Amino acid sequence: MGVAERNNVVVGGRPDGTPIVFAHGFGCDQNMWRYVEPAFRPSFRTVLFDYVGAGRSERSAYDAERYSTLGGYARDVVEICEELDLSDVVFVGHSVSAMVGVLAYLDDPARFKALVMVGPSPRYIDDDGYTGGFGRADIDELLDSLESNYLGWSTAIAPLIMGNADRPELGAELTESFCRTDPDIQKRFARATFLSDNRADLARVAVPTLVLQCSDDVIAPVSVGEYVHRQIPGSRFVQLDATGHCPNLSAPKETIAAIEAFLAGL
Amino acid sequence: MTGEAELATPTGTPEFFDALLEDDPNELYENAPCGYLSTRPDGTIVKVNQTFLTWTGFRRDELVGRRRLQDLLAVGDRIFYETHYAPLLRMQGMVREIAVDVVLSSGERLPVLANSVLKRDAGGEPMVVRTVLFDARERRSYERELVAARQRAEAAEARARELAQTLQSTFMPPVALDIPGLDVAGAYHPAGDGSEVGGDFYDVFPTGRGTHAVVLGDVSGKGADAAVVTALARHVVRAEVFHRPSPAGVLGVLHEAVRRAYPERFCTAVLVEVAAGDDVVLTVCAAGHHLPVKTDGTRVDRLGAAGTILGMLDETHLQDRRYSLEAGETVVLYTDGVAEARRGREFFGDRRIETLVAGGAGRPAAEVAEGLAAAAIDFQDGRPRDDIAVVALRRPS
Repeated sequence: MGVAERNNVVVGGRPDGTPIVFAHGFGCDQNMWRYVEPAFRPSFRTVLFDYVGAGRSERSAYDAERYSTLGGYARDVVEICEELDLSDVVFVGHSVSAMVGVLAYLDDPARFKALVMVGPSPRYIDDDGYTGGFGRADIDELLDSLESNYLGWSTAIAPLIMGNADRPELGAELTESFCRTDPDIQKRFARATFLSDNRADLARVAVPTLVLQCSDDVIAPVSVGEYVHRQIPGSRFVQLDATGHCPNLSAPKETIAAIEAFLAGL
Repeated sequence: MTGEAELATPTGTPEFFDALLEDDPNELYENAPCGYLSTRPDGTIVKVNQTFLTWTGFRRDELVGRRRLQDLLAVGDRIFYETHYAPLLRMQGMVREIAVDVVLSSGERLPVLANSVLKRDAGGEPMVVRTVLFDARERRSYERELVAARQRAEAAEARARELAQTLQSTFMPPVALDIPGLDVAGAYHPAGDGSEVGGDFYDVFPTGRGTHAVVLGDVSGKGADAAVVTALARHVVRAEVFHRPSPAGVLGVLHEAVRRAYPERFCTAVLVEVAAGDDVVLTVCAAGHHLPVKTDGTRVDRLGAAGTILGMLDETHLQDRRYSLEAGETVVLYTDGVAEARRGREFFGDRRIETLVAGGAGRPAAEVAEGLAAAAIDFQDGRPRDDIAVVALRRPS
C-alpha cells in the first residue's frame, strides 16, 4: 500500500504550482479544510490528507507505538512529501498539526519553504513560568470525556445516516467518517497531543513562519500564540477576530486572507 | 367486542381544554422536561429556558449575552467541544447524543446528553444554534458502570491469558532439551490466541539409570479441568520412570491414575526410553497415540504398537517395542494438533507429516520440530484450532 492511499491524500489545484499541504488537528479529518483549501487551487498545488487512524486513512496501517508521539504524525507528513516528490512546501497546520509541521520541518528542513501555524501550542499543560492553559487533571478529564462518549463516537457502532436537508452538498458520506474514529486511537492521539512538550523545538525553525491566533481560544490561548511567535525567530503573528479554536471552519474568509497576505510577502 | 379501552377524559370535556390551554407554546418552552439553549454560532447564549435555569442555579441575566455554552462545561468537555462538537455542528449542521458535564452555579456537575442543530440565514451563514439538554445522571452512571465493566473484563481476560500461559509453560521442560550424543528439540503452539490452556504436554529427562525418557501426550479437553489431568500425567510419568524400566509399565500406572482420579477424562501418550551409548536403543510404547515417525531421509518407519487410550477402558493393551537409532536417523513425536489440522474438509494427515519429516532428515532437530509445527499452522491459515506439540530427536551422522 502506498503512502497516498494510506493517508487518503487528495491533490488539487495547479500541477505546476507551489505545493501547499493542509494538515488537520486532533479530532476530525481533512474536511476541516473544506472551506479554506479551494481558495488556493488557482495558484497552488493543494494537498490534503488524513493522519493514519483518522478519517478515511487506512486503518490497518495504524501502529500504536508510532502514533503515540507527535513524531509519528510528523513522519506521515514527511512521507507524503516524499511520495509526491514535493519541494518548497508551504505547510499549513491546524491545532496540534502546527507543531507536527515544526517536527516534520526539523526532520527534513530542505523540503519546506514556509510554515503556517493555526492555533499552535507547544505545550498544553502549565509549567514553571509557562502558562499552557491546562492542568494535568484537565487533560485526564478530557481522556475521560472521550471515554464517556465512547458510544457516540465509536466506529464500532454503525453510524446513523443523517440527512443534511439544509446543506445537501455535504452529503451522507461526510457524516459517516468525519470526527469518527476508533476510541483507542482517539485517546492515543489525545495523549500524544495534550501531553506533548515541544517548546525547545521552536527556536530551531529557520523558515518564514506565520502564527495565526484566534481570539478567545480555550485550547490555544493568546498568550501561548504570542509565546510561539517570540520563540520562532522572525515569525509573523496575526491575531484573528475569529473566536474559538477552528477559524478554518468558523471564519474561513479571514483565515484565507491572512494566509494569502503572508504568502504574498515571501 | 371492542378491543380498545375508552379514554378516561374525552376530548370535549372541560378537563381536556384546561390541560390543552395550560400547555401553550411558551409554557412548553419554559418548563419542558429538558433544557433549551439558543446560542450564537460562537456559543454565546441568547436564550435559555426556565428548566435549564432551575437545573443549573444560574439567573437568566448571568447567562444571556454573558456566557457561552462551552463556558458552562467541565474543562475536559470544553476541549471535546472545540475539537469535535463545534466542528461537527459547523460541518453537518447537527450533532446528537453528546455526553458532557454542565458545571452548575454551585460548582457541582450535571451530566447531560446534548443535541444541537445549526440554523443558517438566507445567505447560508450560521445564525443560531439550538441545543436541547437532557438530564442524564442515571444513564451516565449506568454507562460509567458499562465502561468500568468493560475495563474489568479486559483486565480479567489479560490475567486469564497470563495464567493460561504460565500453567501451559509448566507442561514443557523449562530448559533446553538435552540427551548426550543426540540432538533433541521440542515445539509447542497453543490453539487459537493462546488464551486457554491446552492439554498437550511433553518432557525429556534422565531416568537415573543412564538412560533418558522422552514423553509426549495429549489430555482430552481444554482449560483448567484438562490442565489438572495434564499436570497429573506429567508428574506420574516423571515419578514412575525412575523405578520402572518399561515404558508400557509406566503408562499402565498413568492409566490407573487417570481412571481413578478423573473418570471422565482420558489421555493419549508416547513414552520412549532412550539408551544412548555406542548404540542408541529406543524402547517405545504408544497409548492411543499417533506412532512416532523414524526416517533416514529415504525410508520412513512407524515405531511402536498401537496401544489403548489411557484412563478410558478397564483393560489396557500396552507393549514395549525396541528399535535402534542409526547415525543420520531422526525420530519425531507429535500430537493430533498436527495430524488433524484441517483446511476445509482436508486433514494435514500422516502422509504429509512423513513427507515433511523425511525431507528434513539431516537437519537440526529444532528445525525439524518447528518446521513441522509451522507447516501445520500454515495449513489452517495461521490459526491452529488445537494445540500443537512436536518433539524431534536426531542422531547426528
